[in-house]
Amino acid sequence: MSIKGCAYIAGGYEHPTRKAPDSSLAQLHAEVALGALADAGLTIRDVDGYFCAGDAPGMGPMSMVDYLNLRVRHVDATDTGGTSYLIHVSHAAQAIAAGKCDVALVTLAGRPRSEGQATGTAVRPLNPNQPDTAFESPFGPALANMYGMVARRHMHEFGTTSEQLAWIKVAASHHAQYNPHAMLRDVVTVEDVLNSPMIADPLHRLDCCVISDGGGAVVVVRPEIARSLKRPLVKLIGAGESVKGQLGGDVDLTYTGAARSGAAAFEEAGVKPGDIQYASIYDSFTITVLIQLEDLGFCAKGQGGRFVADGNLISGVGKLPFNTDGGGLCNNHPANRGGMTKIIEAVRQLRGEAHPKVQVPNCRLALAQGTGGSLGTRHANATLILERE
Amino acid sequence: MSAKDEALAKIANPETKVFWEAAARGRLLLPKCTACGRFHWYPRRICPHCAGTDIEMHAAKGTGEVYSYSIMRRAKTPYAIAYVRLTEGTTMMTNIVDCDFDDINVGMPVKLVFRDSPEGYPLPMFTKA
Repeated sequence: MSIKGCAYIAGGYEHPTRKAPDSSLAQLHAEVALGALADAGLTIRDVDGYFCAGDAPGMGPMSMVDYLNLRVRHVDATDTGGTSYLIHVSHAAQAIAAGKCDVALVTLAGRPRSEGQATGTAVRPLNPNQPDTAFESPFGPALANMYGMVARRHMHEFGTTSEQLAWIKVAASHHAQYNPHAMLRDVVTVEDVLNSPMIADPLHRLDCCVISDGGGAVVVVRPEIARSLKRPLVKLIGAGESVKGQLGGDVDLTYTGAARSGAAAFEEAGVKPGDIQYASIYDSFTITVLIQLEDLGFCAKGQGGRFVADGNLISGVGKLPFNTDGGGLCNNHPANRGGMTKIIEAVRQLRGEAHPKVQVPNCRLALAQGTGGSLGTRHANATLILERE
Repeated sequence: MSAKDEALAKIANPETKVFWEAAARGRLLLPKCTACGRFHWYPRRICPHCAGTDIEMHAAKGTGEVYSYSIMRRAKTPYAIAYVRLTEGTTMMTNIVDCDFDDINVGMPVKLVFRDSPEGYPLPMFTKA
């Protein structure tokens, strides 16, 4: 059994806010829910499945189902950090295929910027019940230095350079200049990245994503409903998910769970990396993009630095246009979770609704890739392959 | 309860108490599975390599090399975090201390030193060998 063709993404909405001191968390979730439903041409009464992750208020789906007064027959609160929403789309397709729901709503929202979170540099608190933290938290693992260790090992094994990593930020900034909502709209150079302050060696400030408020939502529906709506048909044809950790002490920072999630998604979709016309790649840090591109098979392991250099990720310039909304590096990273916006920009590209300056001509096949948790310790990856019908 | 006991209570759980009590005496214990003969990290009572449940604790040699590292420059006091691959073959997260951050490199041989955390529990760290 496969979920290929069992579900379509009929609606998507990205909240325009990047700082929301006067909105509540539940309100942001509700606003993106209504936005995505309006985009699809559906209403709140059509929703019979609801999906959310750890960013939602309260315990699992209960607070938001109650707040929105949804009447659902299927819920899922899988929380794998920033990649949760890609997994939700996949699980929604499974639920639709199994007859458990017809219209699945997935929401993400958060306000880390208004709450003053030091997302990348704060150390995780110690909790003796969480088996790893006692052996890690006292040493000061934050996000930036964990991803810094991934980058350092990659440099050691494959000769990857800071200049090559910088090209990923440069490409994102070229796209962000056309996005009026993006937090950082200035085009930057490799030198700008290298001259920005060092946060956690070898990662500079401009190797790190932004911290933003906001959110997004998508609506996943069964094929008959998608065809009854007036929106372009964006079909899910492949999905994969995986979790990778420290392998019992055989720590290997040179690859991620994307190797497994990607292989599963490509196999299900029956397509190859070379067929993909647009890719949304999770970009919490520049290294996150580079290593996932390798693991997904866009280039050989160790060749990611060469692959991303010289503008290869810039739409209209390079071979693989990526994150044409500016991504987490320039546009937004709502709730410190970048997975939802990866899906939404892939849907825009397939619909032909991306900004004209970054739209991939006749985009029929796109990939969205998510990472949750920390590549330096334990993380989840999810891959979606979407086709314009 | 002594101050040391109070500190240990904050970090240990029933599964890891033996590790932290040894650490308080300046010993780094490594868990080794009697079924598959492999060391693992972090310590558990169930082997992550073979699911064996007979785990013995062995005193570590206290030597290894840096697998990867990063200097957190944005901290009030910058610090070096690292994965150290121990001579026994397993890899642990730790800090590199008592050396110039610019001297640290991947593959650098290191040796064990214990340092107390601000809360008072003993932490296995490493310095240039």
